Amino acid sequence: MTISLKKISPEEYRKNFADMKPALSESAAIVEAGRCLFCYDAPCTNICPTHIDVPGFIKKIMTGNYIGSAKTILSENILGESCGRACPVEVLCEGACVMNDKDELPIKIGQLQRFSTEWRRNNKKSIFDIPESNGKSVGLIGAGPASLSCAAYLKLNGYDTLIYEAEELAGGLDAFGVAEYKLTLKSVLDEIEMIKEMGVKIQTDTKVGKDISFDELLKKHDALFIGIGLGRTRSLEIPGNDLNGIHDTIDFVKKYKTNPPGETAVGKNVIVIGGGNTSVDAATAAKRLGADTVTVLYRRSESEMPAFAHEYEHAKADGVNYQWLTNPIAFMGDTDVEAVKCIRMELGEPDDSGRRQPISVPGTEFTIPADMVFLALGQVADKEFIKSIPEVGFSNGKIVADPKNGKTSNPRIFAGGDVVHGAKEVVNAVQAGKLAAYEINKFLSDEED
Amino acid sequence: MADLSIDFCGIKSPNPFWLASAPPSNSAYQVNRAFEAGWGGAVWKTIGAPVMNTYNRYAGLDGPEQKLIGLNNIELISDRNIETNLKEIAEVKKNWPDRAVITSLMVESDKEVWRDIVKRTEDTGCDGIELNYGCPHGMSERGMGAAVGQVPEYCSMITEWVTEVASIPVIVKLTPNITDIVQPARAAVKGGADSVSLINTINSIIGIDLDSFETVPSVGGKGSHGGFAGPAVKPIALHMVSAVSMDDQVNVPISGIGGISDWRDAAEFMLLGATSVQVCTAVMHYGFRIIEDMIDGMSNWLDEKGIRSVEEIIGKSVERITNFGELNLLYKTAALIDKDKCISCNLCYIVCEDTAHQCIDLKPFDGGVKPEVREDDCVGCRLCFMVCPVHGCIEMVELDSPAEKTWKELEGELSDPMSWEDLREFQKKHGIEIH
Repeated sequence: MTISLKKISPEEYRKNFADMKPALSESAAIVEAGRCLFCYDAPCTNICPTHIDVPGFIKKIMTGNYIGSAKTILSENILGESCGRACPVEVLCEGACVMNDKDELPIKIGQLQRFSTEWRRNNKKSIFDIPESNGKSVGLIGAGPASLSCAAYLKLNGYDTLIYEAEELAGGLDAFGVAEYKLTLKSVLDEIEMIKEMGVKIQTDTKVGKDISFDELLKKHDALFIGIGLGRTRSLEIPGNDLNGIHDTIDFVKKYKTNPPGETAVGKNVIVIGGGNTSVDAATAAKRLGADTVTVLYRRSESEMPAFAHEYEHAKADGVNYQWLTNPIAFMGDTDVEAVKCIRMELGEPDDSGRRQPISVPGTEFTIPADMVFLALGQVADKEFIKSIPEVGFSNGKIVADPKNGKTSNPRIFAGGDVVHGAKEVVNAVQAGKLAAYEINKFLSDEED
Repeated sequence: MADLSIDFCGIKSPNPFWLASAPPSNSAYQVNRAFEAGWGGAVWKTIGAPVMNTYNRYAGLDGPEQKLIGLNNIELISDRNIETNLKEIAEVKKNWPDRAVITSLMVESDKEVWRDIVKRTEDTGCDGIELNYGCPHGMSERGMGAAVGQVPEYCSMITEWVTEVASIPVIVKLTPNITDIVQPARAAVKGGADSVSLINTINSIIGIDLDSFETVPSVGGKGSHGGFAGPAVKPIALHMVSAVSMDDQVNVPISGIGGISDWRDAAEFMLLGATSVQVCTAVMHYGFRIIEDMIDGMSNWLDEKGIRSVEEIIGKSVERITNFGELNLLYKTAALIDKDKCISCNLCYIVCEDTAHQCIDLKPFDGGVKPEVREDDCVGCRLCFMVCPVHGCIEMVELDSPAEKTWKELEGELSDPMSWEDLREFQKKHGIEIH
């Protein structure tokens, strides 16, 4: 049996993947900005991992000082446009907004941030005066949000920065890992253009360790920053896991975002395995790409699910089914996957993560037909690569680095982003990159003294 | 339902709400519509000297959440023929015998010209005449409007020309563009005026366009100062109405004007001495239909208060206004923040810290921090109360007042001239510490 796949038309694609939160018009932005109370020691700023002066940038929208507003944002978060769209504002700035306690809707901080940063992009304004080169060079590995942020803030201090990216395009998960209806690939690529215009150099198709060695990098640069993120999705060691039609979610999201509209085929009956936010991105994308049924399998229950409540709501609104306390035990099919054999679970004692451990219930096996399966079990770091980095520790699946400044055990090598703190949001990676930039500047300036 | 009718120096009106002499009362068509909506009276847009208007004649001042908190205009008096206006005034009065129809006049400062227009106006059957001594732009350059209102002698003289021949009540409309509003009010009364109306508009320039550097609005690249009206002028108007009410030489009815947008504004003007109120900007913002709530709201409020006639409230609050020297310096209040209602915007904290008396602390509360007032240091200035965005969260609590003492009394009792040492001694005695 061959897998029966479906495609939607380019028009349907554009409709299904249109902005979930549309851009605010200028007048709507001014009205929304006018609602902001301009809190002192504002909770939105405090909760933002990059600590953007939120009331400050909103006030500037009110006065028509859009360029100043964009600068306020980008000074703390160089990927402020991406974050304005992709951040889980419900649990960050907007969730912390005092308006929630006033029985009013929170200020649309994400959309206002998008307004100012998009205004900058649409009006082609450069924000920063880039100083002359100070003659020092920093090499950055992986062109995801952590390195982009680190390189940009180093650039503001006069460093020559060169990012090495193994893939064909820069951007990492910011570009390829966020649902298109939240953040378009194009806007991220435009944002990267802005960073390049600041003088950050990006060398794509260059795999460190293969195309260039760490020895060479350490000779060429005064310091290095590792921002490689995490690697592939954890595999599922069960029978049939080599059948066609079983995909890594990260690959799938990247594929549909980079394909021309209408080109990405999807199964009629799709199964997504895992209960995190990436699972929601895969499930909603499959549904929007035309799948008849999309079912998420999660081995614990709804209350243990790591996905944000608002993401779960998106999935439900898209018609995604959830099978709680369900564990896949085998993929069925000859060459192509045709069904997933599952078993029911029950919750036992809490495990190391504090969540109650799922235990299989014998005799409860059942199968669900599927012609496409997405694994969303969490990404794992590229252990071999990390072990090849000279004098940098690896522990618990991550690089050992100080989260406050990115310092590793090698004084010339810094690290930040998912590869250090595990899978988090773009905004966390931006902050890690920024903090490392400050530390690298301190380190290289001290060296001079 | 309370009786809303009024008698304004002999002019009867079913309610105290009149259209002010302004663009909304420019024609019979408009005044008919206003009366159909329920307005008690209308002061016709000023007729008189020949004029021609410009395009781009209005500009608005907007707040972040409300448009037109102020309105600037450079429109002149009626640019329609006097004959047409007089004919329409007569028609309207005939069709609406129970409403107050008042004709506003402005002509050159010539006795015969004034007498002639007064006679022609009376022929319409209208209920009264309002003399426009207030228009601050255009007409004033030609020696009319505010040019008259700003010189008490002219004010008396022209009023006298009119009152000598008029057989219907004469209202003098005052300009606020003067240091002491009481002076022209007294001059009007001296000239025989039956009543005064105030305020006319305030000299203003709304703004400058930051792209073109031209005024807003721009009349072909140039602008001229205009007259400012709307909600933003209400506090100025309330003060001026109260000043005229309190003056013992001006014992005539007052028609209150200036930023009145609803029944509450109207009630405030009446409490400070107005018998009728006149409205312009609010109808220019929303149309004549706002009268429905003005009547309904006023009536319900009066019922609620057990007041049978709206005339009973006229001037009721005048006695509450006094000089600073008569205020009790030992009356004490302090701000009290309800932490359960507080949403932690911390505006009270930062404004007290930066701009008031540094008496609010951010104290640990429920895992975070919340502002708390140090009552002993609070001077009861009310700033935090004003900036708090949550209704009922900050309350100004009345504290036990040790005694009653006004500045006037203090001046007599303490050293003369007053010394800081004696004053500090007095404060200390009453538990007041200034730091």
